Parts: sequence; structure tokens; C-alpha cells
Amino acid sequence: MLITCPFCGLRDAAEFTYRGDAAPVRPAADAGEAAFFDYVYLRDNPAGPIREHWFHRAGCHGWVTVTRDTRTHAIESVVPVEATVAAEAVVAAEAAVAVEAEGGAR
Amino acid sequence: MTYSIASLVAGALTGHRRWKPAWRKPEPKPSYDVVVVGGGGHGLATAYHLAATFGIRNVAVVEKGWIGSGNAGRNTTIIRSNYLLPGNVSFYELSMKLWERQEADLNFNTMVSQRGVLNLYHSDSQRDAYARRGNSMRLNGIDAELLTREEVMARHPYLDYDNARFPIRGGLLQRRGGTARHDGVVWGYARAADRLGVDIIENAEVTGFLREGGRIVGVETSRGAIRAGKVGMAVAGNTSRVASLAGLRLPIESHVLQAFVSEGLKPTVDGVITFGAGHFYVSQSDKGGLVFGGDIDGYNSYAQRGNLPVIRDVCEGGIAVMPMIGRARILRHWGGIMDMSMDGSPIIDRTPIDGLYLNAGWCYGGFKATPASGMTFAHLLARDAPHPTATLLTLDRFRSGAVVDEKGMGAQPNLH
Repeated sequence: MLITCPFCGLRDAAEFTYRGDAAPVRPAADAGEAAFFDYVYLRDNPAGPIREHWFHRAGCHGWVTVTRDTRTHAIESVVPVEATVAAEAVVAAEAAVAVEAEGGAR
Repeated sequence: MTYSIASLVAGALTGHRRWKPAWRKPEPKPSYDVVVVGGGGHGLATAYHLAATFGIRNVAVVEKGWIGSGNAGRNTTIIRSNYLLPGNVSFYELSMKLWERQEADLNFNTMVSQRGVLNLYHSDSQRDAYARRGNSMRLNGIDAELLTREEVMARHPYLDYDNARFPIRGGLLQRRGGTARHDGVVWGYARAADRLGVDIIENAEVTGFLREGGRIVGVETSRGAIRAGKVGMAVAGNTSRVASLAGLRLPIESHVLQAFVSEGLKPTVDGVITFGAGHFYVSQSDKGGLVFGGDIDGYNSYAQRGNLPVIRDVCEGGIAVMPMIGRARILRHWGGIMDMSMDGSPIIDRTPIDGLYLNAGWCYGGFKATPASGMTFAHLLARDAPHPTATLLTLDRFRSGAVVDEKGMGAQPNLH
């Protein structure tokens, strides 16, 4: 499997680390248990096209969103993760991570 | 016909022309007490135990292809019960005990061979982890022995003991572990279930569920609708697809696992050996081929084939621990689709929908679980209560937090 990194060009998939399905979005901190259960555990697991996050570990260290068919492994598109994840979601996720780090320090 | 030495001699003396098919090819009836979806080892074992253990004989197994065409025919045939955590330990030991009497139970030679499973360790911390695992096994009445480097050398002199990075310091041995003939297991359960009246219906793909007032009352298949008192799903890598027909989302991802067979070699590898520093497990088949595998590819897949980087990784692991196989050629390799659960352990439970029962989440350990999976799922279907060894393998454990995470990896299926 070859992945065309938007920053580095056509590269071996072995250079990338797989994060998984891009569909789950971290709920707001006060969204409740059911929302977090859904986010952490439940997956559509489609047989067909799926959008997923890969990390270019042995390359540019960029995160990319890959659209790939799970029945054939054919890759339809690869774009920087910023193009598919809403800016406010990134900010919320970063804020949540910062809160966790602060809690951990205490 | 009951198989015996007499039937074998009679068959041989008549030129093997008089053997009859070992199971029927029935047309589906309009309705059954239980329909099991999935004609792999687990589905057939479930049907067998429904009939043999729980007396429910009005049962059908519906299979989209031919029986054993999925993961039952795509594994590395290892059987073992060397688990650590409550929830898994007693369940897999039940499976081991059922393996030990399987050939007598089924009147079929499934070639169960208790040649030992040896997990090598390569560091002090890994020895401590294996000692802990072995103690957990022994506390549960399961055989486990922690071998020294010298004891491993006596069993397997051909391994690379002085690899600079991963020297072999010893191993955890389960002598009762070993291998079984994977296709034979499918055929044995199919024949034994069929003889008890179970209908095995091949080329019948489930395309939907029949519902009456919120309850599942049967399945739509490519060979027509079949009504059922209860429907049990045992469809491994296709679990999410079939469950989605009933509107369920599950804590499961489908991933591809590759396995390999080398050309035939003279008898060398006595038992199953696993490399603890990489991920490589190997045994030698009775035909002489080395049967081996390693990690899953690591990305969601339904393709039943994998990619080259994992093939290279598995072979590197093999040559690191067993340099002599460097010149052996790979004869065949294949991929199967694993139903990877979010904690690496299986789910045998009712679903939130009345009439629909779930057997899934086998990750890449499903083959060894076949007998216990059948026994416990049949218990659930027959009595509407979990089997005593499967009380922790619930669907609700993810919501409640009582996960059974053998590796401690968290909710990242490709790491289990």
C-alpha cells in the first residue's frame, strides 16, 4: 500500500502509523458518559470507503486524513488533517489535552 | 456412519469408493428454534452444542459461502490456554478441556496434538511477566512451567540464544497446548451437528433480519427468509456488517491478519514456539511446512489480503529467533479478517435487541476458542443466561468499564 503524503509525495505505507477511523469526534467535556462511551468504543467499521487518520512517522510528522476502501485498500484521497477536522474541534481537543496535563501535574 | 477402525479398513478394502458425504445439503425449512449465522468453527460448534449438550435440535446454520471458508481455514491452528486475566483464564481452559476430548465427542479425527506451546523470554522483566502469567495459570489449575535457558536449549537447540539484542533467557511452557487440524475441526463439528439433526445451509448470505414489534424473529437470506425463535451471530470479521443490518453499532473493528506456510521441511520444530521480542509464532505441520504468523497489518480491512511490510516484519522476526529458516521458501500466504474488539477479549452476550445474540470480538485468537465458544454461546442461546465461564465477556463491559484487557492497551484495536 502506498500513500501520497500531501507534503512528501508517494511513500510506503510502512512509514505511517495508523490512528484509525476519523469519524469519532471528541465530545465536549460535559457531554456525559453516553457520549464518551460512543466516542471511545463504538465504531461503524464500514466495508467500503472509510476516512481515517494516519501519522507520517518516518517522514514529515504530519497528520493526514486518508479516504480508503477497506474492501480493496484502494486510496481515493489524502489531505492534511486540518482540511477535514473543524478548527474548533482541534482547539477543543488541544484544550482538553492541556487540562489533562495540568491535572496530571498536580 | 460412525467412524471406527473397522469402517476405515472396510473403506480401504473397497478402494475408498463407498464413503458417503459426511453431512447433508438440506433445503432451508421455513422456521427453526435457533438460527446460527456463520458456518465457521464457532457457528458449527454452537449448533453442535445446542443439539448435543442442550437438546435443541431444530437448529440451522446459515453460511454465506461454504463452511470453514473464512477464518476457520485461515489460521495457524494453535491451541493453548495460557491467559492471565479472570474472564479469559477459565474460559480458555474450558476450551482446552474440550479440545482434549473433542475427537471422542465428535467421532472425528481433528488431529489434536498436544505438542506444547513455548513462549520465549528475552529479558528479566519479561521473565517476571511470564512468571506472573504462569502463576495465574497454575492458580487456576492449568499447567505452566517456567523453563531456564538450558531447558529451552535441550528442547530447541536450533534457536539463536546469543542474539546480541534479544538473547533467549528461557521460556514459559504449556505442555498441554499444541495444534489441531483446522479444517478437520470444521468438518468434525459439521458432521456431528448434522447427525443430531442440525441443518447446515451453505451459500445463504444473510441480507437482513425479520422483525416483529422490535424483536428479531428470523433472517432474510439469499435463499429466502427463515424464521427463528432466536438468532445467534458468529460471523467473526463480518460482525459489524451483519450487526448493522439490525441497526447495531459495536465496539469492534475489522483488521487483516496474514499467515504463512513454508515449503515442506524435515521434522524439526517440535511444538509451538513464540518469539517474545518481536511477534512471531511457528509450528510445523504434519506435512512438514512451517506454519507461522505475526502481527495484524494494523489498518481496518475486509480485503482478506495484507501488505508487504508486515510480511517482511514477520519474516525478520522468524529469522532473528530461528536463523536456520532464512533459506526456506514461503509456499503460501493468506489473510483473514479479524473482529478486533476494543479490549482484545471476546463478547458472548445478548444484544439490546430481543431475539438476537452475539458471539464476536475474537481478535486473532479465535481458533483455540472454538470449542468453548460453541459451548458457552449454545448455553446462552439455550438458557438465556451466560455460561459460568463467560460471565465477564459481556457486551456491556465497555460501558461499565469492566474491560478484560489482557495486554493493557486500551481502546485501540490494532494494538491488541
